[in-house]
Amino acid sequence: MSLTRQDVEKVALLARLKFNEDGLDKMTDHMVQIIQYVDKLSELDTEDVQPMAHALDIYNALAEDEPRPSLSREDALKNAPKRDEECFRVPAVLGE
Amino acid sequence: MSEFSYEIVIGLEVHVQLKTKTKLFCRCRTEFGNPPNTQTCPVCLGMPGSLPVMNKKAYFLSMRTALALNCGIPKFTKWDRKNYFYPDLPKGYQTSQFDLPMSEEGYLDIKSTKDEFEPRRVRIIRAHLEEDAGKSMHDEAAGKGDSRIDLNRTGTPLLEIVSYPDMRSAAEAKAYMQELRLLLTYLDVSDCNMQEGSLRCDANVNLHITTDDGVIATPIVEIKNMNSFRSVERGIEYEAKRQYDVWQETGKVLGELPKQTRGWDDSAQVTRSQREKEESADYRYFPCPDLVPVIVTDQQIEEVRQEIGELPSALRERLQNEFGLTVYTADVIVNQGLSLVEYYLELAAAAGDNKLAGNWVQGEVLRILNDQEIEIEDFPIDAGRLAELLKLVQAGDLDSSKAKDVFAAMLTSDSSAADVIKELGIEKVDEGALEALCQVLVERNQRIVDDVKSGNEKAVGALIGQAKKENPNVNPGQVRQICLEIINNL
Repeated sequence: MSLTRQDVEKVALLARLKFNEDGLDKMTDHMVQIIQYVDKLSELDTEDVQPMAHALDIYNALAEDEPRPSLSREDALKNAPKRDEECFRVPAVLGE
Repeated sequence: MSEFSYEIVIGLEVHVQLKTKTKLFCRCRTEFGNPPNTQTCPVCLGMPGSLPVMNKKAYFLSMRTALALNCGIPKFTKWDRKNYFYPDLPKGYQTSQFDLPMSEEGYLDIKSTKDEFEPRRVRIIRAHLEEDAGKSMHDEAAGKGDSRIDLNRTGTPLLEIVSYPDMRSAAEAKAYMQELRLLLTYLDVSDCNMQEGSLRCDANVNLHITTDDGVIATPIVEIKNMNSFRSVERGIEYEAKRQYDVWQETGKVLGELPKQTRGWDDSAQVTRSQREKEESADYRYFPCPDLVPVIVTDQQIEEVRQEIGELPSALRERLQNEFGLTVYTADVIVNQGLSLVEYYLELAAAAGDNKLAGNWVQGEVLRILNDQEIEIEDFPIDAGRLAELLKLVQAGDLDSSKAKDVFAAMLTSDSSAADVIKELGIEKVDEGALEALCQVLVERNQRIVDDVKSGNEKAVGALIGQAKKENPNVNPGQVRQICLEIINNL
């Protein structure tokens, strides 16, 4: 499997990343290498291997519906790049 | 351009907030209406290194709902990350279910009480358990270009119920929503408060237009933001007309345009274009490595099935078939919720007259509940006390208008029906005295007798009026019956 420059542009858009021409070339090179590396896995014969949904052989980690304390609002907003007294502030959400 | 006939094709995606105390993956509370950003923790804020743990109750409430919707429950289910950026989604992905949902392939039957459409079985593709996003509010004040984000709701458990595109009119879509809401309240799995957003509906709508060259389909539009049954109905009706007009103008059909998302603007009564829907592959779903799968046993599924009480459709049938109520009365009682059904069952048993009890619950009791805007739990006359009144009505001791007087007095006192009757000075007229009175009236009114004899039974009404003047306590029905008997035997 290979990866085109257009693929990388699309993934960059979805990830909200911006590259200049030079950066896009580099990123394409890197990603092609990663894909080729992971592609090694397809050399394995997995004909009789069940697909797995999780790396651990653990199921049913369920918690009871018992409330625990939340963070204070001050703590919750502490890392926000922009905020006011009550809320996180972000660039205008358009559409609605 | 000429007019072509078309069919509206509708599938609904309904999001139900489940009635849990805590969020789906952390133990923050899910209460509605608290001050912004006071119900968050590192998990629902999407902090690096935090680990989500599935809420057991949310999973089993989902299973109860799925079973009531006749869905199959796969033994194995898992959660996936649905990746997209939106400010009210702090992790950058929504934890949802992609290829192995917790339930699939069910149905919900709907029918119209007003004969607006033929009864229909709406098939359900799947119901899956996912987390809610937060809330964004655009700050109009001071011309600031910011949106404000409240993450209290982030991570609240949602059951997404996806139907097949089986509905063919806005009225059907509304009926589906109403029946689904009723079912959810019987199951006690959600508050189902549409204003507070605990029941939300998106509709996928397009048209099949019969043209001269065969049937064409218009591009599918997803309508969001319909927050009441009425807006579901109006939003779909508007969208159908809009799609027809756009098709006449552009001729674009399904496949020629990407799927579009439009929001319903309730104040303007129109749908407006929102972001273009990203292709499903762009969500780049992949299994969530932080959550382990859930495996259930047949026994667990059976236990949940046992928890489910009698559901609306079964109750309607029972009230019709076993209790002899009309389709209408059974509908009215069942659609009010389980508490009123229980009140009715108790009343019918105590009064010993199913139909009379049905008529009183559907009539007088519901009228008071609506007028006073109260629930049956707060209704001042319990089933036992009302049953005593109905027994007197049934025995012919009270006519219906007197019974209503007694009922009105009972609403504001704790007295029994018998005591109220004494207080109001209502006395049962002795049968002999009643017959004697009727005899006198018949003899006094030859013209009415002639009228009745010549086939005009209604004429006897005048005698009832006279009887009431003579003795206000007489039962009009009995007077009518006795007078007719006397006249017919003349």
